[in-house]
Amino acid sequence: MTKILAVDDSASMRQMVVFTLESAGYDVVEAVDGQQALDIAKNESFDLVLSDINMPVMNGIELVKQLRQLEAYKYTPILMLTTETSSDRKMAGKGAGATGWVVKPFNPDKLLATIKKVIS
Amino acid sequence: MSIDLSQFHAVFFEESFEGLELMEAALLDLDVGNPDSEQINAIFRAAHSIKGGSGTFGFVQVAEFTHILETLLDKVRDGEQAIDADGIELFLQSVDCLRGLLEALQSKQDPDMQRANELAGVFQAVLDGASYADSANLVKANSITGQLLAPEITESAADNVADDAATDDGISEEPSYGTSRQQVGFNIYFKPHVDMLKGGNDPVRMLRELATLGEIKTTVDSAELPLLEALVPDNCYLSWTIELLTSCKIDDVEEVFEWVEDECQLSITPILQDASALVSNQPQDQQNNPQASPSAALGQRLVMPSGPLPGLDDLLLPSPMVDSSTETVTDPVKDSVKAPVKDPVKTKATKVESSSIRVGIDKVDSLINLVGELVITQSMLGQMGSARDSITEEHIGNLREGLVQLEQNTRELQDSVMRIRMLPISFTFNRLPRMVRDISIQLGKKVQLEVSGESTELDKTVMEKISDPMVHLIRNALDHGIEMPAQRIAAGKPEMGTIVLKAFHQGGSIVIEMSDDGGGIDTERLLAKARKNGLVAESEQLTQEQKLELLFTPGLSTVEQVSDLSGRGVGMDVVRRNIQELNGSVEVSSEMGVGSAFRIRLPLTLAILDGQLVTVADQTYIFPLVSISESLQIDGAKVNNLAGGSDVYSLRDEYIPILRLDRLFSLREENGVLDGSLLVVVESEGQKIGVVVDELLAQQQVVIKSLEENYTRVVGVSGATILGDGTVAMIVDPIGLSSLAGNDIAAAKQMTDAAA
Amino acid sequence: MSIAEQEDAKDVAKQTAALVDHSTTHDFEDQRQYLTFLMQDEEYGVDILNVQEIRGWGNVSPIPNAPDYVSGVINLRGAIVPVIDLRVLFQLADANYDENTVVIVLKVSTERVNRIMGVVVDAVSDVFTLSSNDRQSPPSVNQSVSHEFIEGLTEVKGKMVILLDSERLLHLESNV
Repeated sequence: MTKILAVDDSASMRQMVVFTLESAGYDVVEAVDGQQALDIAKNESFDLVLSDINMPVMNGIELVKQLRQLEAYKYTPILMLTTETSSDRKMAGKGAGATGWVVKPFNPDKLLATIKKVIS
Repeated sequence: MSIDLSQFHAVFFEESFEGLELMEAALLDLDVGNPDSEQINAIFRAAHSIKGGSGTFGFVQVAEFTHILETLLDKVRDGEQAIDADGIELFLQSVDCLRGLLEALQSKQDPDMQRANELAGVFQAVLDGASYADSANLVKANSITGQLLAPEITESAADNVADDAATDDGISEEPSYGTSRQQVGFNIYFKPHVDMLKGGNDPVRMLRELATLGEIKTTVDSAELPLLEALVPDNCYLSWTIELLTSCKIDDVEEVFEWVEDECQLSITPILQDASALVSNQPQDQQNNPQASPSAALGQRLVMPSGPLPGLDDLLLPSPMVDSSTETVTDPVKDSVKAPVKDPVKTKATKVESSSIRVGIDKVDSLINLVGELVITQSMLGQMGSARDSITEEHIGNLREGLVQLEQNTRELQDSVMRIRMLPISFTFNRLPRMVRDISIQLGKKVQLEVSGESTELDKTVMEKISDPMVHLIRNALDHGIEMPAQRIAAGKPEMGTIVLKAFHQGGSIVIEMSDDGGGIDTERLLAKARKNGLVAESEQLTQEQKLELLFTPGLSTVEQVSDLSGRGVGMDVVRRNIQELNGSVEVSSEMGVGSAFRIRLPLTLAILDGQLVTVADQTYIFPLVSISESLQIDGAKVNNLAGGSDVYSLRDEYIPILRLDRLFSLREENGVLDGSLLVVVESEGQKIGVVVDELLAQQQVVIKSLEENYTRVVGVSGATILGDGTVAMIVDPIGLSSLAGNDIAAAKQMTDAAA
Repeated sequence: MSIAEQEDAKDVAKQTAALVDHSTTHDFEDQRQYLTFLMQDEEYGVDILNVQEIRGWGNVSPIPNAPDYVSGVINLRGAIVPVIDLRVLFQLADANYDENTVVIVLKVSTERVNRIMGVVVDAVSDVFTLSSNDRQSPPSVNQSVSHEFIEGLTEVKGKMVILLDSERLLHLESNV
């Protein structure tokens, strides 16, 4: 079962993402900020990480940097959930080592289509 | 698959409102001179979340408005844009505006975007370089011409649509090599940088994606592959040349490589073929392209109306109603941008009263533990109760112990369950700083609010119901309590008035204290007004406490000019009644020139009452403990029988009516002798009444059950409860009793007045 | 079979056929079961769908200032349920309380009325099934207090049964 880690400080976004992914048959674990995500990632293994950028405690950019330093997550696809305003944040995500991004707002189908691209 | 997004709406609204409160608190707290970057970040994140959510869940207008808000906040947190007091005021108004929009959407109504559009205009001007104050003024002036903007905009919008339509036919926008050639695909050269793989991007994925767009022919170039010893597996040494036959646009091809644009060499060139070799299905792209030159549209935009521009006073925004006694506020931002002070009470009324509650996991865990202990005790008792044929002393002893344990478990469980409904009072306190700020500005007074004990917890429903009374008290303090700055200085007080709000637990109640260092309550004026209204006789002398009690009498408003804020409609009597309905109490103390203080006492929960059990005519009744001021044994000598049938008792300096429940409740007549009987003195609405009871039983907590569920409201009874023996007992309502015994009370009062 | 027996058989067949005919033309939904009870030697009935349970009389706490036919409230497994003495409400002569005195707990859940209430009667009788055909409208001449609560009349085993409308009984707003 493909396992995805979904990170976002907004409860409604998390709910929507989790529901969408689980309906498509993925196994999803959620985290509310970068730190929690990092702790979870260290204890479990994921095939994909989806993360918002702006979060308290530890933001998405920092999360990506930290994940890439872990052996298990060197090449794991990491997608940032980003809004258009932060186009320079898009590149910051890439600079930190993210694989790509999904632009907010997105609809569930778009999300699933993008995920299918990176998970074989 | 189509997922119904509306199932996430409720959570979105809830967290958005929370986010708005957070924004508001942070904005109020922000030190303009030295803004805390973490606070600004928090404000940005809150706006960002709302923007993201509203966009995702289809609330486009909210998303658009929040977008510009977020853009500006982003620049503020980057340091590219400064923030000043005017800016904070504008952001605060945006919070109000957003709240209104979200509330409308939550009630499934169309949000009124007028204010939002105005604010968006202001923020756009700020982004374009104007100051906050100037932008606010600019938008004011232009908003008159608002109607003129519309037609122009829709025209150019229509033009743009026409333009798009012309090109949106699958034909590439690349420079046309005349009409004779057709694009059939692309030649793609893709050479990833050495470390492209480190981002988790896989070239194979991209090739696969290209394959979904059409037919591909790939040639790989492995010339740069080093020998095995030098090969670093993480590195990418390969490059590809791809021929893609497709009818897709170049945008679609570019999208495949979107994520790795900066990490590769990429060239995409269209493959063209002679059109004659193909069936031409090229639509006319020579649609009428009207000269929708932006400058022309802009030129029209700047046309001003022919008449004189209305003055600032006649702005679209209603001007706030100001008490004529306040100084004119000359701050331009405040004048032009100030929205009417939003009544937190009203906004609360339109908001749907939430029927759900968030509970911390720790409370749930504690509950689970306690239930576990209860189960253990139960099985222990069960074991004891069964099996044995002969019951020995030891068994009874064990049984007793088990029952004690059961009582403890039940009590702990009860406390724990009650706590689930408890929320910190900060939920209600939170809206107050903003209100104090807005109203004090409006009144031209300087007031600060000091809050402590925000984490004190109380029942959710009690908190929702105490909100209005508290708001009213604070408004009174602002309106009538705290003096104008000039007056304060003249009186030797600091210019800044202070309202202190404190909450803490005491016994089984929560106490909320609200005090101000204002002018105090003018009791003489109260007395004069009461005399004028005939409530107090000219000759009657009142103690200071009694004079202050007049405050809670309906109809006594001592403010000469009734300001819009308070003094109209809702009076202190309603405040007290609301609090009493919650089985609570409110007291006031005050000193002229020094200040006033209100003390509200509330039970921690509405479902449970501290009651005094009594028996009357073989029935058990319950009096709310808070209402009992004393119990005594009747001294026959102090009883006066009046003509008309009322009995009164001489209690120190007043006469109180002696009421008999059996008579008031139309029960079996009991004409016992009064001398030596027990009298419970109950106080309600400043009125003391004595109720004859047969016996005083225990004081205990009782669970309040409603009579109205299967029956109707009964005057004199606030509810019922089930006693330990299973019988139903009525809970007496002192206020109701008073209304039933109107005549007796009047008679007693007459006696008291006559004797004074 | 003899000729006589054949004739009998035919008769029975005809009767059965008629019965079947009779019952198939009925709307089965129109059949209702009623619980009958006694008050002052008269039989009354209520739709059994409204009957939640039957209890003995006891432990009733009076409600202050209630009409005389409201006996009080009882504790029904934690719920506070009012009890109405139908004999008083219908102004019947005797309202005794002895071992046979019974409280029928009625529950009505409609748009207009949604509550549980107990009614005190002398004794409970039986349960029987009734179809709409068997029900007659009450005579409009009768002006007694009970009239507004009567849904219809019927006859069971030769005895007249007065059918009561539970919803109207429990609609306190009109009678308290």
